[in-house]
Amino acid sequence: MSEASFGNPEIVEVKTDILIIGGGMAACGAAFEAKRWAGDNVKITLVDKAALDRSGAVAMGLSAINTYLGEQKPEDYCRMVSADLMGITRDDLVFDVGRHVDDTVHLFEEWGLPIWKTKETEGVPLKDGGKPVRSGKWQIMINGEGYKTIVAEAAKKSLGIENIIERCFIVKLLLDQNEPNRIAGAVGLSVREHKLYVFKANAILLVAGGAVNVFRPRSTGEGNGRTWYPVWNAGSTYAMAAEVGAELTMMENRFVPARFKDGYGPVGAWFLLFKSKATNGFGEDYVVKNADMLADFAPYDKAAVVPTCLRNHAMLKEMKEGRGPILMQTPAAMAKLAETMTPKEIKHLEAEAWEDFLDMCIGQAGVWAGMNIRPEQTPSELMPTEPYLLGSHSGCCGIWVSGPEDLNSPADWKWGYNRMTTVTGLFTAGDGVGASGHKFSSGSHTEGRIAGKEMVRFVQNHPGYNPALKGDINAIAEEIYLPVRNYIEHKDKTTAEDVNPYYILPRSLQQRLQKLMDEYVAGVSTYYQTNAKLLEQGLHLLTMLKEDSKKMRAKDLHELMRAWENYHRIVTAEAHLRHIQFREETRYPGFFYRADFPNLDEANWKCFVNSKIDTETGVWTCFKRPHVDLVEKHYGGQKH
Amino acid sequence: MPTFVHTDKCDGCKGGSVTACMYICPNDLMKLDTTRMKAYNQEPDQCWECQCCVKACPQQAIEVRAYQDFVPMGGAVIPMRTDSAIMWTIKFRDGEVKRFKFPVRTTPVGSIDPYAGKPEAGDLKSPLLFTEAGKTLPTI
Ligand SMILES: Cc1cc2nc3c(=O)[nH]c(=O)nc-3n(C[C@H](O)[C@H](O)[C@H](O)COP(=O)(O)OP(=O)(O)OC[C@H]3O[C@@H](n4cnc5c(N)ncnc54)[C@H](O)[C@@H]3O)c2cc1C
Ligand code: SF4
Ligand code: SF4
Repeated sequence: MSEASFGNPEIVEVKTDILIIGGGMAACGAAFEAKRWAGDNVKITLVDKAALDRSGAVAMGLSAINTYLGEQKPEDYCRMVSADLMGITRDDLVFDVGRHVDDTVHLFEEWGLPIWKTKETEGVPLKDGGKPVRSGKWQIMINGEGYKTIVAEAAKKSLGIENIIERCFIVKLLLDQNEPNRIAGAVGLSVREHKLYVFKANAILLVAGGAVNVFRPRSTGEGNGRTWYPVWNAGSTYAMAAEVGAELTMMENRFVPARFKDGYGPVGAWFLLFKSKATNGFGEDYVVKNADMLADFAPYDKAAVVPTCLRNHAMLKEMKEGRGPILMQTPAAMAKLAETMTPKEIKHLEAEAWEDFLDMCIGQAGVWAGMNIRPEQTPSELMPTEPYLLGSHSGCCGIWVSGPEDLNSPADWKWGYNRMTTVTGLFTAGDGVGASGHKFSSGSHTEGRIAGKEMVRFVQNHPGYNPALKGDINAIAEEIYLPVRNYIEHKDKTTAEDVNPYYILPRSLQQRLQKLMDEYVAGVSTYYQTNAKLLEQGLHLLTMLKEDSKKMRAKDLHELMRAWENYHRIVTAEAHLRHIQFREETRYPGFFYRADFPNLDEANWKCFVNSKIDTETGVWTCFKRPHVDLVEKHYGGQKH
Repeated sequence: MPTFVHTDKCDGCKGGSVTACMYICPNDLMKLDTTRMKAYNQEPDQCWECQCCVKACPQQAIEVRAYQDFVPMGGAVIPMRTDSAIMWTIKFRDGEVKRFKFPVRTTPVGSIDPYAGKPEAGDLKSPLLFTEAGKTLPTI
């Protein structure tokens, strides 16, 4: 190709054995583990759309590591995860994370992450018997502002900086042209130079995080970026996997966290560490008050900790019936603690409360400062957010993967390499793996490590594989740069280039997606309700939106990335919609309601809902896969 | 809470092709206006207010102004970060100021040697990660 210019990118081919797509927690874990097994014979390349030091969900930092087992057993971890996700999880995957995760946390501490210890074991590392300060049964407190920079440094040192490409946004995966259902490569655009990267690889790890901004946010203006989950994770993981025919699982699941209103700051420490209560506008504890209503979702209402969606369900009843606002009673909690604490200890506690925001949701500190909210004086409003799609936090949508071979799981849960998808050579971890939520930062890093090791095994078992990319690279380059062509061709046809009948701005396309998902697919404006008719109309509108995505414009590389991010959002949205359409019950009240099937239906729907695109015809199908428990579950003393 | 850049403080990172703020923003928002050699946020409503750019700016030229669609005016949250600690200044709308300081790291930046003193790669077929050499894993 001739000299690169805007609209005419230089094509750069990179051949590697292992390609890691993403630079977040899972990617960094994979880099660290895979390189040790790979030695110098296997080439590993990592690409991230941002800069490794501050990319992904942990960019800002975190104030807790949410998965550290310590004295507890992986079996108990399986029980907790299953109960919170209303019974449908893969025990094999969860158990596997549980049995490895502490080792990863010990590495974080060794690398320099400050982890809080009890007074008696101050200064003693966890691995030598130091006791962590727990903010809950599974969570441990950290000074985590620098969490991602530390984990990134270890990953960079492991791989070598020359094997890392930053500011490259992967647009699509490519299959092999000779071998069916075999991954062969990926294409990505540079956000800095007029370059298109074409990767050829033997194995690929797709770990580009979850999906945000698929639904209309509650915010109406500048605050649109203040989503709870990171606004820059655009569903690339789910969309790119789906488009090469990987089987997805539980894409109907979503996460609607109840957080401090508008700033979406964390509430966990307030509930767990400060023992604060949340009430309706009239001071009533709504979970206690509405306990009877939760019994409709038995046995899950009797879980040791009431599942997150059921707590939302109780909160939404208060909101819908006009008993808002929902309030976190911070002054009462602080006053109660003050009864047994010295003023110095109280001051320390106040600092901890602020640190909880400053380490992972600085915007919430800004809301409190702007509103003159002091937690010891004023209660704060809570609000359920717009829906997010993710597989590592308290949600479990994602890709169907093969699990560990040494556990007592059904044969169709371990058909291949651990954490390999149904596409040969394509692996995932973290937010990418479905049916196994509650991994969080430490579990995602751990899962990346598991996948990293298995990819090296895969590569060694497939020596001499020579990737032959399916599709003509020049045509793919044309397709990826189409938004640029649309812009150059049409921009001068109107006097104001943003309003033009020949193209649509990626921003407008995103707003159209968000509006339709909100109104038809159970967003905030319908109190998270939908039904078969609404979903049918939603799909109709979504199909036209997908057609229009070919008319997106891009006036620069930044907007070109936005265009493809929004394409990924559309594909992810379609998966979500189709799964909700297929599952004819209400399994996650408080997250979403099928108003035409308002009940839990254990007899027919205690199963995985999986889906797959036929890569030849483009037809999407949903189907059931049986669920089994590998670890016995109990609710209120009863086996279930 | 989108970022804004103080005109008098930004020096365009002294003419480098990639500025500190452009380099670090996870959402590719900070952009250098090459005629004025000053940076700005090109999409304020896509800002997560993570303050990564604020912490990285060598001139302390970037600040965050709370989202105007829901935050009353006048507050501010300002970080000052070193390699080992971060100091936060919180200014309330009514003028009160609070300061907090927290550690960010217990080891020197750049000191991580990931494989030093760690086991060599062992059996690729076993489910053990390399740091777990010699352990027995629980199963179900
Ligand atoms: C507000 C918040 C609070 C949280 N609190 C906690 C907590 O207290 N404790 C805890 O343990 N965990 C917490 N988590 C969860 C934790 O951050 C996630 O579980 C974890 O980061 C998931 O890891 P991941 O690798 O799957 O995704 P991420 O870490 O998000 O990484 C995704 C990566 O993919 C890159 N990427 C995306 N798309 C592309 C593309 N198309 N091409 C190339 N690269 C791409 C991104 O730049 C990023 O590097 C929290 C998360 C959030 C957002
Ligand atoms: S990092 Fe600071 S000084 Fe450098 S360009 Fe950005 S705002 Fe200006
Ligand atoms: S605060 Fe974060 S999202 Fe906003 S411009 Fe700075 S780095 Fe980017």
